[in-house]
Amino acid sequence: MATFKEAPADASAAQKLMTWVDNRFPATQLYNEHLAEYYAPKNFNFWYFFGSLALLVLVIQIVTGIFLVMHYKPDAAVAFASVEYIMRDVPWGWLIRYMHSTGASAFFVVVYMHMFRGMIYGSYRKPRELVWLFGCAIFLCLMAEAFMGYLLPWGQMSYWGAQVIVNLFSAIPFIGPDLSLLIRGDYVVSDATLNRFFSFHVIAVPLVLLGLVVAHIIALHEVGSNNPDGVEIKAKKNAEGRPLDGIPFHPYYTVHDVLGVSVFLLIFSAIVFFAPELGGYFLEANNFIPADSMKTPLHIAPVWYFTPYYSVLRAITSEMMYVLMAIVVAGAALAVLKIRMSGLLKAVVLGAAAVVVLLMMSIDAKFWGVVGMGGAVVILFFLPWLDHSEVKSIRYRPDWHKYFYALFVINFFMLGYLGVQPVSPLGERLSQIGTVIYFGFFLLMPWWSRLGTFKIVPDRVTFAPH
Amino acid sequence: MAALSGAHASGGGIAWDKFPEEKSTDVAALQSGAKTFVNYCLNCHNAAFMRYNRLRDIDLTEAQIKSNLMFATDKVGDTMKVSLDPKNAKDWLGAVPPDLTLIARSRSGSQGSGADYLYTFLRTFYRDQTKPTGWNNLAYPNAAMPHVLWQWQGQRAAKFVEEKDPHDESRTIHKFEGFETLTKGTMPQQEFDDSIANLVAYLNWMGEPAQGTRTRLGVWVLLFLSVFIVIAWRLNASFWKDIK
Repeated sequence: MATFKEAPADASAAQKLMTWVDNRFPATQLYNEHLAEYYAPKNFNFWYFFGSLALLVLVIQIVTGIFLVMHYKPDAAVAFASVEYIMRDVPWGWLIRYMHSTGASAFFVVVYMHMFRGMIYGSYRKPRELVWLFGCAIFLCLMAEAFMGYLLPWGQMSYWGAQVIVNLFSAIPFIGPDLSLLIRGDYVVSDATLNRFFSFHVIAVPLVLLGLVVAHIIALHEVGSNNPDGVEIKAKKNAEGRPLDGIPFHPYYTVHDVLGVSVFLLIFSAIVFFAPELGGYFLEANNFIPADSMKTPLHIAPVWYFTPYYSVLRAITSEMMYVLMAIVVAGAALAVLKIRMSGLLKAVVLGAAAVVVLLMMSIDAKFWGVVGMGGAVVILFFLPWLDHSEVKSIRYRPDWHKYFYALFVINFFMLGYLGVQPVSPLGERLSQIGTVIYFGFFLLMPWWSRLGTFKIVPDRVTFAPH
Repeated sequence: MAALSGAHASGGGIAWDKFPEEKSTDVAALQSGAKTFVNYCLNCHNAAFMRYNRLRDIDLTEAQIKSNLMFATDKVGDTMKVSLDPKNAKDWLGAVPPDLTLIARSRSGSQGSGADYLYTFLRTFYRDQTKPTGWNNLAYPNAAMPHVLWQWQGQRAAKFVEEKDPHDESRTIHKFEGFETLTKGTMPQQEFDDSIANLVAYLNWMGEPAQGTRTRLGVWVLLFLSVFIVIAWRLNASFWKDIK
């Protein structure tokens, strides 16, 4: 046991209290390590607001969620009515409900921006791979959390959206139907599904999310934050061992983040108070009709934040399978011809490709659609190992790399837009092209990220005093 | 699965007229709409999430509500449920009349707001002998609902012309050309449109009674945050001028 520290005799009550606590719990040490003496690069820009905003939205969702659960009833017969009860009879219930529904969409806006920052500044690169992995796991959990939360109001879109997506799992060979049964708790989406989704949405996934967020921040603080120049600030320290380009997180970034929070809350409040439905994107019109298993809506679509992945799912038709098979074969051939590897490994690659093509020919495109949709999220986990660029940050990459990233962004938006639209021949073609671009960006990255003339990365961060 | 729509009229309909927005904040209009609603709509439709005493928000007193607007119950805290058995409704009308509490919120679409749809729907009924009820509707073709307010508007027939489908030359579509009055109603057209606008304003309000509070409060919240942003910005600047 460490020796107890004694507060000096003339210490104030507050100091004596802190000494008592510090002797039993590393409160001051944690405060220093993670706030007052956590040295973050001084050149953070706009893209660096979104981490703290994500934490804010998480807190908003949890607090509004707690109050909603006081009045919400997870029973298929009364769930819809209980939400209307919250909107009408619970004092300020309408505000809590709108904050929670807007918060769900805001969470995805903030998280997509946060992830984009990571992509452009190489924040996932060594030694921060684990920060990125925890982040990808958070993203997956967030998607599950939002999906399950959306069933709870028990509206038409809630019910049918859940029905469509859970049915997709039945396309998995062998285990599919049983897996769907396990997820639903029944042969169709029903009261049983509502109850277990409620449990997962309110307790299971939030607990996992909180754990992952803590791990994400601990992993970050262990290695230190990246910055827009991709310069490692710990490389240049002063006599006291503090990074020359670092500033204590508190007070500089705490006050900085207060500004970010206030601007975010302005936009958030504008939506909550003036346009909570946001044209049917945040609260869909169809969801104001109680779920009816006998009436299928004309147009079932997921909420906007899932639409890029939904596009990928819909793009993979039986026709598209031929294109994908050709890509697998071409990919294996290129790998074997261009990459230096042992004869054994080459045989393995070709064998694996043959097996994959065989499976693609025998299993229905619906399953591969699910694989594609899942793969589009899972591929993010591999980013630290796909990126072979000489430099971390987009600032010092060849200019044409920037156009590649711009293309990726535009493509992602296009896939998102197509996901909201009903199926059409043109839409199908475009989403197929978009899917190839999306996966091509990542899978070919080991090759294209090395090409071009890179710029010299400075020793010190670029910063203009202000 | 039968592709019956939730939010959109099956098989499309005419373009929606614009609902006069100023009615939404007109308390007299809302009260008139409430009167039409309980007298004409609550016989077949429910409004199961709307309590009678919530009508106090549109400046009606409990006494007024009890004596003029409550026919199905005598407890002012009750919800607007009716006793029409869904089985009978299906037999008599072909479909169960949907609950109207959230009808305005559930019908918004790319063509306009739910109020726009309802305003168009309630004014474009026409006589159609091929239908079981004898009525059809331009905004919701083949609607099972009869023209409840026919005595106000009168009876009209709709004239259609056959035209080539602009999207597919080989098909013909029936294009609506105009109405033909068969019998006159008790209200001239403008008065009828106004009464419908009042009713739709009420339906819109009933979908979200907290609307007014929401927008009024929102103004103060945004004002406060705007001032706070300026303060936060200057506070941030004052700390950061130390950083070189």
